[in-house]
Amino acid sequence: MKSSVIVFPGSNCDRDVAVSLEKSTGTPPSMVWHGEAQVPDCDLIVLPGGFCFGDYLRCGAMATHSPVMKDVVSKAEAGVPVLGICNGFQVLTEAGLLPGVLMRNASLKYICRDVFLRVERNDRVFTGQYRENQVIRIPIAHHDGNYYADDDTLGELEDNDRVAFRYCDAEGDVTPDANPNGSAHNIAGIYNARGNVLGLMPHPERLADVALGGSDGKAMFDGLLEALQ
Amino acid sequence: MSAGNAQIADITPQIVSEHGLSADEYERILEILGREPNITELGIFSVMWSEHCSYKSSRVWLKNFPTTGPQVICGPGENAGIVDIGDGQAAVFKMESHNHPSYIEPYQGAATGVGGIMRDVFTMGARPVANLNALRFGSPDHEKTRHLVSGVVAGIGGYGNCIGVPTIGGEVNFDPCYNGNILVNAMCVGLVDKDRIFYAAASGVGNPVVYVGSKTGRDGIHGATMASAEFDDDSEEKRPTVQVGDPFTEKLLLEACLELMAEDAIIGIQDMGAAGLTSSSVEMGDKGGVGFELDLDHVPCREEAMTAYEMMLSESQERMLMVLRPGHEDQATEIFEKWGLDIAVVGHTTDTGRLVVKHGSNLMADIPIGALANDGPVYNRPWTPTEPQAMIAPEDVPAPLSYADTLSAMMASPDLCSRRWIWEQYDHMVMGDTVMRPGGDAGVVRVHGSNKGLAITTDVTPRYCFADPVEGGKQAVAEAWRNLTAVGAEPLAITDCMNFGSPERPEIMGQFAGCVDGMSQACLALDFPVVSGNVSFYNENNGQGIHPTPAVGGIGLMSDIDQMATIALKDVGDALILVGDERGHLGQSLYQRDIVGRTEGAPPPVDLASERRNGDFLRALVTQGTAKAVHDCSDGGLYVAIAEMALASNLGADVTIAESSLPRHARLFGEDQGRYVIAVAPDAAASVEQNAADAGITAVRIGVTVEQPVLTVDGADAVRLDDLRNVHEGWLPKFMDGATT
Repeated sequence: MKSSVIVFPGSNCDRDVAVSLEKSTGTPPSMVWHGEAQVPDCDLIVLPGGFCFGDYLRCGAMATHSPVMKDVVSKAEAGVPVLGICNGFQVLTEAGLLPGVLMRNASLKYICRDVFLRVERNDRVFTGQYRENQVIRIPIAHHDGNYYADDDTLGELEDNDRVAFRYCDAEGDVTPDANPNGSAHNIAGIYNARGNVLGLMPHPERLADVALGGSDGKAMFDGLLEALQ
Repeated sequence: MSAGNAQIADITPQIVSEHGLSADEYERILEILGREPNITELGIFSVMWSEHCSYKSSRVWLKNFPTTGPQVICGPGENAGIVDIGDGQAAVFKMESHNHPSYIEPYQGAATGVGGIMRDVFTMGARPVANLNALRFGSPDHEKTRHLVSGVVAGIGGYGNCIGVPTIGGEVNFDPCYNGNILVNAMCVGLVDKDRIFYAAASGVGNPVVYVGSKTGRDGIHGATMASAEFDDDSEEKRPTVQVGDPFTEKLLLEACLELMAEDAIIGIQDMGAAGLTSSSVEMGDKGGVGFELDLDHVPCREEAMTAYEMMLSESQERMLMVLRPGHEDQATEIFEKWGLDIAVVGHTTDTGRLVVKHGSNLMADIPIGALANDGPVYNRPWTPTEPQAMIAPEDVPAPLSYADTLSAMMASPDLCSRRWIWEQYDHMVMGDTVMRPGGDAGVVRVHGSNKGLAITTDVTPRYCFADPVEGGKQAVAEAWRNLTAVGAEPLAITDCMNFGSPERPEIMGQFAGCVDGMSQACLALDFPVVSGNVSFYNENNGQGIHPTPAVGGIGLMSDIDQMATIALKDVGDALILVGDERGHLGQSLYQRDIVGRTEGAPPPVDLASERRNGDFLRALVTQGTAKAVHDCSDGGLYVAIAEMALASNLGADVTIAESSLPRHARLFGEDQGRYVIAVAPDAAASVEQNAADAGITAVRIGVTVEQPVLTVDGADAVRLDDLRNVHEGWLPKFMDGATT
């Protein structure tokens, strides 16, 4: 399985996700500089976490003008799986590949901590190794992860089972207390209509190694290998 | 042309004094130049001879620090210290203060403190892998404290989170002595291959001097001079001297520098920190014994019509100065342009040994570099030793009415409550190697790609240092050593950040001398040398000095992170053992200060021989896997240590301390040094006690872990962990929300 990680100026989880990809798939991903015109032919494109362009204008907004994004968009539209984590999710919404927007956390503070997520469906390439409704624990680390979309969009996401993960408590109950950032419907991640583009705020690559305190994130990368090899 | 012909301002005594130079110092400048300086030259002298850059009041004392050892690759005097961690790798680290800017503008002051210390590390070729910070704020009920905590924490997070280096630990104290002068000390640790270390020494003649990074603006002019003066009520008017941080640019600068460093292009490199272009040129020239000729026409500027004076003194952030091997300019340009950064050849090295600055067609400065770097004043300032305070007998400190309530009150106190509100605002996991997150005795990051670990901590107990600088200095170093030991690491070396009041007052110099003495004793006894550091004097407000605060940043090496110990209790039925001697010392304890309301008396003495013996014994128990949980006893004493271990696990503990000649409250709340609480399997307890006895170490069983999440002492004083957790976790968020004062 071949994967590509897009590196923007200010990306800072590019190495972390590359480590997880290599550990699960056995192959190091291609690291693709944002200034490239093309993403090499691959089975998976990852937009990593970080602060691309410093998040100075609006998280992810500048990155949509990077030369490489044209090819990312066209490959996504052609069905290549695209995974956007944290800042990568923000870029995907700005690029129009996913609906909605990530606003400032309701607390107005940056939050770095483990959260529980409920896996809403397990029939996508990203989630094949999770069970439906499984509760997993992986961290968030963001200042702007408060998912917002208008009611029509939220309705469409819900009606078409496009919510990928929801913030929940340890028992899997989706409650206001379990919502760390104010996201609508406790949304932590969503799919595009076709299901080949996933954006999520939590970082699966950060708990994909027991030495770091957990490995619930590893199943995403293992599942991708199983689905895409 | 002659220096100064473009700058006609006369140098009056008032201008000299506004530059923080004494009449004697000005005389010395006249002697060195053989003429009057122009205003640019005066500015250059003033920053290079400022306390901040020249260490003129501390130098005579700092030379007493032990700085050598087989593990030391680079000691003090470079951008950061370097220790060997085996396998061809080294750890590069330093801690530095950013106190005055952080008080004036907490977000930017703290942010640029983090940015500056990271540049000190990556300028040596190392990739930063961990940040820590030691913070001291004023009393919680002081009107500015909440604003300062909020701004400093956001600033540290805003910078470190963006650049993508985990902030894995640190410490926070609240004390009225910091009301008008907070302390923000930032530490950074980086990793480098031993054969790829870069130093700040220029060499050769005619080699290009290259400027990279952000453009130069008018921000931060005279920051080094500000850091060398006392604060008063007008200090906030100094806001324009605070720099503004741009972590995104620093991230680009980091990646671009490391990319160029992988090539064979750089002779010497130095970040432009305090005193910017001036100090970076002078330090590189002095270390390499060469001259620098700078043409300011080529300096990338952010603002129009900047003068030579402004360019030489600007402290704009995220800039570096390099001397390249000739012919590598294009290679460097390609890399820096890829990262979208400015790069400009701004001069060349010469054989004159002088700093020559040109601007337009004018010569703006011409000064011997050696004189700037080395001929500044060195003061052996008058000092008076701190009066020793009487030891307080435990019987003379009243016992609490309720032990359970007292424990809860202490765990909810500003100095002992959970710091989660702070560290959850820091990305402490990025880079994917944080194997011990904040909240333990030390932060631990895995050495990327290996199973080794670096343990890192910052420590000092300012109230001990105030009561007895020598014992306090010993204790700061010993506690850092102890915290590294507690996680199972072999302590390697320290960096220090010496925060004191005005050196012009003999009692402050006495505190400084005492702390250096105590720290040096501990460094020697524990083979824990000083490899880098920073001195911050003039931490005063309206003539009131802070407590002496020599913050110690220690690092240790773990050969196998799988052996790492944590504070959390593990299994029901494990024996709790206290390692180390009990003396029931309550003087300067948090119990005495926060519960009894008294602040007098001698701090707990540090017996360095038993510290070493106990620690080496403990570390062996950790690496053998015998000790299943470990926590050192520090602030709050034994009772607090056990409570923290229980909270980290949600297992309860039945503590039994019945037989002793010491009063019960002295045993529970005394802050005797050199002690650890460990949990071991029940069948291992007897042999641990026996082995300790054989080694001449006190180790006694003091309890057992239990399933019910309740802490009891001698079968009474039951405290439910849920309740304890609520108050322990609750104080800081409630305070920051304005609910408590």
